[in-house]
Amino acid sequence: MQKNGPVALLFHALVVAFVLAPLVVICLVAFTPENTLTMPTTAFSLRWFRAVFEHPDFVTAFGNSLWLATIAASISVAIAVPAGLAIDRYRFPGRDALNGLFLSPLIIPHLVLGVAFLRLFALIGATGSFAWLVLSHVIIVTPYVLRLVLAALSGLDRSAEQAAMTLGASRFTVFRRVTAPMILPGISGGWLIAFINSFDELTMSIFVTSPATVTLPVRMYMYATESIDPMMAAVSALMIALTALAMLALDRVFGLDKILVGEK
Amino acid sequence: MSRSVATPLMLASPGAVLFAGLVIVPLVLTLILSFLAYDHATGIKDSWTLAHYVHVLSDSYYLGIFWRTLRLAALTTLICALIGAPEAYILSRMRSPWRSVFLLVIIGPLLVSVVVRAFGWSMLLGSTGLVNAALHAIGLGPVRLLYTETAIVIALVHVMLPFMVIPVWTALQKLDPMIEAAAWTLGASRFSALRRVVMPQVSMGLLSGSLIVFGLSASAFAIPGLLGGRRLKMAATLVYDEYMHELNWPLGAAIAILVLVANLVIMLAYNRAVEARARRMLG
Repeated sequence: MQKNGPVALLFHALVVAFVLAPLVVICLVAFTPENTLTMPTTAFSLRWFRAVFEHPDFVTAFGNSLWLATIAASISVAIAVPAGLAIDRYRFPGRDALNGLFLSPLIIPHLVLGVAFLRLFALIGATGSFAWLVLSHVIIVTPYVLRLVLAALSGLDRSAEQAAMTLGASRFTVFRRVTAPMILPGISGGWLIAFINSFDELTMSIFVTSPATVTLPVRMYMYATESIDPMMAAVSALMIALTALAMLALDRVFGLDKILVGEK
Repeated sequence: MSRSVATPLMLASPGAVLFAGLVIVPLVLTLILSFLAYDHATGIKDSWTLAHYVHVLSDSYYLGIFWRTLRLAALTTLICALIGAPEAYILSRMRSPWRSVFLLVIIGPLLVSVVVRAFGWSMLLGSTGLVNAALHAIGLGPVRLLYTETAIVIALVHVMLPFMVIPVWTALQKLDPMIEAAAWTLGASRFSALRRVVMPQVSMGLLSGSLIVFGLSASAFAIPGLLGGRRLKMAATLVYDEYMHELNWPLGAAIAILVLVANLVIMLAYNRAVEARARRMLG
């Protein structure tokens, strides 16, 4: 293995500084005691964190996002696991088309999906409905889950399944007792990626949320376009902290590089 | 392995129904909407028209926004390639604990909401922000950065960088480092080993990274929305304004359809290029 030279390491340090700069600044400004977006120089204060929790809008939006992401990720797993089994295990007419349909939300800009959902929901009278918002999120997160489920299935040793089959287990029992436990890392990794994607989604949601179903990113976007005060930094710092926690959990359980980079 | 068709269809049908109903149907409805006439007093009408497409493709206001969108997305892609490819190469040459630590540092921000990252940049680039403070310290006057195209590109590069690093990194993983060492042993200079051994391997990763970065930048919403201000619009913020402020849904739908078509055309062209390359490499 060759080492990186000093120029390479300097370049690397600059890139890391560039990547971390906005996140670090947010976390510092969130503790300012002032009324403006300034770095805390003399004292640290928690007043803006208190302000967040005294702001019912943000608390409601946070609750909405949490429910939305939890339900959408669970439904997408319930769809992606059987669909993944069908695509991985069987050859049937329309298989490629089906695979393409399930992965299509990845190549359709979220902006276009948002506009399309808005039109559909307006026509069927579903604007502002939480259930339809959940389904729209299911559409955008299912491709991620499906890809991980397919990767888990393709790396699977089939002999354990065949052994169970030979020993007289029914197909559902084979799935429940043999296949599912073996692809569990793929499923739970998929659920978490789906949860995070749904929780962070802005561009599509901004078209289909109503004041009652507004999600945290949409609320934050609206707030940031209207006024900028340190409370926005406090909310952002809380989100960074939550994300860091989720990342640590993901990394402990599966290895984050495996999920994000898709290595085996 | 069962040969029956009923089982896979049963397994996939709940998802298939949902996706047909919530991907194909809304897109077709939006396509139809983009051809419906609109009147500012009475709203959407039942008659068909091409007026929205003609209007959008001939008015210099809209053309200017499309041009800016393409220009900034291309610039973002270029800068991401120039930063992301060397960074992925440096990461791949790091030793064991540092390698995964810094890989996490580079791609971890992907999981932080884009609104948060855009807000961070608006603080850094503001007139009293850190960048201007640093410029002031070395004796340069305040520079107006926020609400400029520069701010949009800086933040887009920040958000898109992981999408460039990941595919290049994946491509580099397939390259045995011993091959590069072999090239040196055989008398190749560092530069020509990089150019003739590493680059061909990386170029596929660069190509797919560029595709993702360009597509996502061209339809980015939060970054131009928060860092471009009200005046510097890109395609996505334009569509949002047509829908939410002008309430001209058919015109907004026409722009959205154009964004979708442009996206698909570029993807297809890229796929063709990748396939042609793969065929050439196989001989």
